[in-house]
Amino acid sequence: MIDTYKALAGFAQTWGLLYFVGLFLIVVAYALSPSRKARFEEAAHTPLRED
Amino acid sequence: MSLWNKHAILEKNSIILVIGVLIVIAIGGLVEIVPLFYLKSTIERVEGVRPYTPLELAGRNIYVREGCYNCHSQQIRPLRDEIERYGHYSLAAESMYDRPFQWGSKRTGPDLARVGAKYSDDWHRDHLKSPKSVVPGSVMPAYPWLAETELKADTIADDLKVQAALGVPYSAEMIEKAVSDLKAQATTDDPDADALQKRYPKALARDFDGNPQRITEADALIAYLQMLGTQVDFKLYDDKANIR
Amino acid sequence: MVRARVAKAGSERGVRLPSRPGLSDMAQTITSQKNMTFGEVGAAAAFAALAVLSIVVAAKAYTPEYAFHAYLFAAGSLWAVFKILDRYYDRPADLPPLEIAGKPNYSMGPVRFATVAAMVWGIAGFAVGLLAALQLAFPVLNLDLPWLSFGRIRPLHTSAVIFAFGGNVLIATSFYVVQRTCRARLAGDIAPWFVVLGYNFFIVIAGTGYLLGITQSKEYAEPEWYADLWLTVVWVAYFLVFLGTVMRRKEPHIYVANWFYLAFILTIAVLHLGNNAAVPVSLFSPKSYIVWAGVQDALVQWWYGHNAVGFFLTAGFLALMYYFIPKRADRPVYSYRLSIIHFWALIFLYIWAGPHHLHYTALPDWAQTLGMTFSVMLWMPSWGGMINGLMTLSGAWDKLRTDPVLRMMVVSVAFYGMATFEGPLMSVKAVNSLSHYTDWTIGHVHSGALGWVAYISFGAIYCLVPWLWNRKGLYSTKLVNWHFWISTIGIVLYISAMWVSGILQGLMWRAYTSLGFLEYSFIETVEAMHPFYVIRAMGGALFLVGALMMAWNLWKTITATEAAAPEGQPALVPAE
Repeated sequence: MIDTYKALAGFAQTWGLLYFVGLFLIVVAYALSPSRKARFEEAAHTPLRED
Repeated sequence: MSLWNKHAILEKNSIILVIGVLIVIAIGGLVEIVPLFYLKSTIERVEGVRPYTPLELAGRNIYVREGCYNCHSQQIRPLRDEIERYGHYSLAAESMYDRPFQWGSKRTGPDLARVGAKYSDDWHRDHLKSPKSVVPGSVMPAYPWLAETELKADTIADDLKVQAALGVPYSAEMIEKAVSDLKAQATTDDPDADALQKRYPKALARDFDGNPQRITEADALIAYLQMLGTQVDFKLYDDKANIR
Repeated sequence: MVRARVAKAGSERGVRLPSRPGLSDMAQTITSQKNMTFGEVGAAAAFAALAVLSIVVAAKAYTPEYAFHAYLFAAGSLWAVFKILDRYYDRPADLPPLEIAGKPNYSMGPVRFATVAAMVWGIAGFAVGLLAALQLAFPVLNLDLPWLSFGRIRPLHTSAVIFAFGGNVLIATSFYVVQRTCRARLAGDIAPWFVVLGYNFFIVIAGTGYLLGITQSKEYAEPEWYADLWLTVVWVAYFLVFLGTVMRRKEPHIYVANWFYLAFILTIAVLHLGNNAAVPVSLFSPKSYIVWAGVQDALVQWWYGHNAVGFFLTAGFLALMYYFIPKRADRPVYSYRLSIIHFWALIFLYIWAGPHHLHYTALPDWAQTLGMTFSVMLWMPSWGGMINGLMTLSGAWDKLRTDPVLRMMVVSVAFYGMATFEGPLMSVKAVNSLSHYTDWTIGHVHSGALGWVAYISFGAIYCLVPWLWNRKGLYSTKLVNWHFWISTIGIVLYISAMWVSGILQGLMWRAYTSLGFLEYSFIETVEAMHPFYVIRAMGGALFLVGALMMAWNLWKTITATEAAAPEGQPALVPAE
């Protein structure tokens, strides 16, 4: 039982960590990519536009 | 790309968002909760923990009904002062038949995990009726109606049946004898008490509320309080065997 | 240019994939004859069936309390059937159009209802909280009555403020914000009304249940199985209405506030189902047993409990922050990109944090460590969000001086920052060993609940009421100012009293004499709390007084006879 736990913990602390950091970087890249800048700025004004 | 196609992507965005949110929130929950069911080390192997008797279960349901968890925990942490104040720290095994668990999150009053056998039945009866009569500084509400209200026991077998279906080891015999077991346990020197104790080892059978004429909610609640934390014999329990 | 194209695509879409009311619209223009919609027929039939079932249950109920609830269900269902038919006979053949003269035809009736309900429940919830606080200071106020005892009153307070007040704020604002930022009418015809009325019916069942002793005694998830089932149906309708509105949007982008609302609705659905998986003793019994037991139930409960905080009281109200603060300050959010990172990081990290409620318990250590680690990491997205909210004011800080509504919302974000700093701190095991089981936790919760959730809600309601009732502004800005200061003093009294009593209690529990014995008996630590409980009750009373002033102000705003602002135009109050 302890072995299962150790194996799982080992996996989580290496590959799991890398995987989550990778996911985080994808989100950051998505949010900060220059090509989306204009779109996001447009979106930020959504509440302020009146119809 | 025609307008038509472009719109299809936008259309899907909200669904992608829904799926993305579901995946992201599923990860943490699954990683933490699922292993609890599969790692055998989650619940210690100990002697003595048995399902509640019908009377104790009825008492526990009153504990649940009155919201006692709002002020009383049932979980002793392995910290020096708590062990000295309340007794051996709580084991996961000790609440393995608790549905729902009543570990609580606040101690406006003291922890009750090992309150069983600490006070007499009379003390509990007086305390429930008027806490200040035995503990002058108490801020606990009084529960005078418990000793005046007849315990509704005719459907208790249904409760056992549902728990059995959920995996609590109640046998067909226990379910069949539920009502008579309940009455036997709330009566001093009842002839059926032996059979009850065979089914539920160490079950205390006596009139708990000081009124032998009838079985009240106070009978049930005190029976529950008096067994709390008494099932495991810590003279025989080996801390080291269950290091997790 | 881009917007025009998208708008065109949007109208094309309306033809290609009409949602339910759209479909009946078309059917009616073709046949030009009044027919009941599928929704009306289905809902009326379902409610009629529910009424019959409820009457059967009432007749065979195990307890009179449960029979009472069954009769409430029967009465509610019959009323719903009557209302649906009555509305059908009164309404024109065509359902309201989605647009009038190219402008979205917003549906604000349900928003108005939920706004008023939020205010009513808020005051009830604060008053019950004050009663609970006074009961701890003066236990004679339990009056020896079952339905007034603290154990039943406290869940009534927590549910009233979180689910009744907070829930109605979230439903009202989400229905408002999603329409405004999508430039689309709320999806569904009777569905939005079903959501607001059904949700408030759930509140009535839950609240009266606690008083009558019907509870699961799982913190913040006390309602029994039949109330939970009802809420599930309402919640699915809520999700569909919200998603349906997003899908018929005319804006190219889904505004970030809607992301937070969507995450809140979805996650609460998952948590609710997981934590309330129970088997009733009988159809005729209010009692159920949960499928999880002991340690597993504990973890499922705090996975639920902490994410009720994370997704109900945080994600949902962050959506308010991302709409109402930019709107009121009349400037876009400081960084839209930060809000995207904020969103994903927050929802990813929050879900892990639950086990910090179970430090040093019989929960395995690895789970406790995971919970602590993620709780500490949560500090980062929380503060990212706080900075984003506060910095939206950059260049417009002067508005705080003149606009107490904006000030209230900005202070709420500051309280959010404070509570989300304190939270990770308390999740560290060493700190938790002192703070757990004490009033420190109560103080922490209230700095979040009063400072963050209630203040951002008050701010949003102060904004919404003039917009919804077409008024130029609030009846009295001065009164808002009084509300702000009185309730701020109340919050400060409350949380400082709880810090002192919590830390004092924690230290007294672990105090030893020089001979190595425990210094204090438990009852001595209880007696030491008395002065702080009195101060806490005073703080709560001030907070309630502030809310009463608010209700009065809103009442005068709605009933004022001044000339209304132009239809459909939100009347923004300029900062003077």
